[in-house]
Amino acid sequence: MTETQLGPTPSQTVGPFLHIGLTWPDGADVVPEGTPGAIRIGGVLYDGNGDPVPDGLVETWQADPEGRFDHPDGEASRGAPLVPGFRGFGRCATGADGRWEVRTVKPGAVAEQAPHIDVSVFARGLLDRVVTRIYFPDEEVANARDPLLAEVPAARVPALIARPTGLGELRFDIRLRGEGETVFFQI
Amino acid sequence: MTLSRPVGYRSAPDGTHPPLDHPDYRSTAPRAPSQPPIVLPHRLTEVTGPLLAGERIGERDHDLTTQHDGEALGQRIVVFGRVCDSDGRAVPDTLVEIWQANAAGRYAHPGDNWSAPLDPNFTGGGRVVTDSAGNYSFTTIKPGAYPWSNHHNAWRPSHIHFSLFGRAFTQRLVTQMYFPDDPLFAQDPIFNSVPDPKARQRLISTFDLAATRPGWALAYRFDIVLRGREQTPFEEPHD
Ligand SMILES: [Fe+3]
Repeated sequence: MTETQLGPTPSQTVGPFLHIGLTWPDGADVVPEGTPGAIRIGGVLYDGNGDPVPDGLVETWQADPEGRFDHPDGEASRGAPLVPGFRGFGRCATGADGRWEVRTVKPGAVAEQAPHIDVSVFARGLLDRVVTRIYFPDEEVANARDPLLAEVPAARVPALIARPTGLGELRFDIRLRGEGETVFFQI
Repeated sequence: MTLSRPVGYRSAPDGTHPPLDHPDYRSTAPRAPSQPPIVLPHRLTEVTGPLLAGERIGERDHDLTTQHDGEALGQRIVVFGRVCDSDGRAVPDTLVEIWQANAAGRYAHPGDNWSAPLDPNFTGGGRVVTDSAGNYSFTTIKPGAYPWSNHHNAWRPSHIHFSLFGRAFTQRLVTQMYFPDDPLFAQDPIFNSVPDPKARQRLISTFDLAATRPGWALAYRFDIVLRGREQTPFEEPHD
C-alpha cells in the first residue's frame, strides 16, 4: 500500500541560549554517583580555529554493560537492569572552556559491534546536530572487527577511540572542523 | 556480510534540513565539519533511544506564565500541536522541551546582553510529554524579536526553540517554531537555511482561533513531524 508521506520538520540551531531549555541538574549522570565500575568520559569541544566551543551540548546514548537497551525495539536484548539507576542517556552542556563530561559505565558489545556510545553534538552555528561515536581503547580486537569502523578511513579511526587519562577516566575531544576533525556520521 | 539489522528510519527528502555550511549564517563557518559524513546504517543503538516520559516534568513546566510569584508580562498564547512521524503515526509519551526570549526579546540567560528588559516573572523554559495521541500544549507569552550581530541590522524573527526525542536516537530533533506573517523572515539566515521553501513553511505555526482561550490567550498550532520507519522489505515499493 502506498501511503502519503508527511514532510519532516526541518532542523534549526539550538542557538547560544540552549541552557534555558536543555540542561538538567543530573543530566550528565548516565549512572548515579557511587555506581561500582563507573567511568568518567569527557573532553573538549573545539571549533575549526582550535578554540573551545562554550555554547554546545553533548548527548550520549548507549547500551548497558550487557549490551542491552531498555526500549521496546531493543526487546531481544532487554532484561532486568544490572546497574541500578542506569539511564543510557546523558547530556552535558560545554563550559566556558569547552569541556563536557558524563558519568557512565562501559557498554557491552551490541550484536556484532564493538562497545560504543552514540553521541549527538549541538551548538550555536550548527544548523543540525552532528553525530559521532565513542569507541573504547581496551577493545582492540572488537574494534578491528567492528562493521562501522571498517567504513572509516584508517587514518581517521583513532579520532573515534577514547583515550585513557587516569583510573576510570577517558578523554574524547570533539573537533568540529579542521585538523584532527572528528568523524561524523550521517544517520 | 549479513548483519543483524533492525528496520531503520527513513531519511528526510533533500532540502528538508539545512546544510551545516551556510555562509549567510556566519557562525557556521568555524563549526561546520569539512569532511562529508560517513553513512551509519541503523542498528540497535540508533533505533532505540531514551524514553523520557513523566520523570522529567515539573508541576509548572507546561505553563511558562506562572512559574514565578507574579505573572509574566506579554501577550499570553497557547502553543500546541501534534507530534507524529512521516507516516502520520502519533509519537506518544515523548518529551518536548522549549525555550524562548521574553516579550521584549530578551533571554533570561547570562550570555544575553541585549539591553531589552528582563522580566523577573519569566524564565522561558518549558517541558511537557505528548499524550497517547501525540498531542502537546504549552501556555506561554509571545516572544519578542531580537537583534543579533550576524549582519548589519540583523533581527531574529520571533521564535520558540523546540527539542524532541521521539522514540529513537535517529528521531532526535531540535528546531525553532516561528509565527505567521513575520516581516523579518526575508532577512533571517537561520529560517532561510532550509533549502526547500515548502519545508521552510513547516517551521511556521498557524493561528488557530478555535483553540484560543476566550478572554485569556491566543493560540498557535505547531505540528511536528519526525522521521518514520523504513518499509520492511515486503512492503518496499517497486520503482
Ligand atoms: Fe533564539
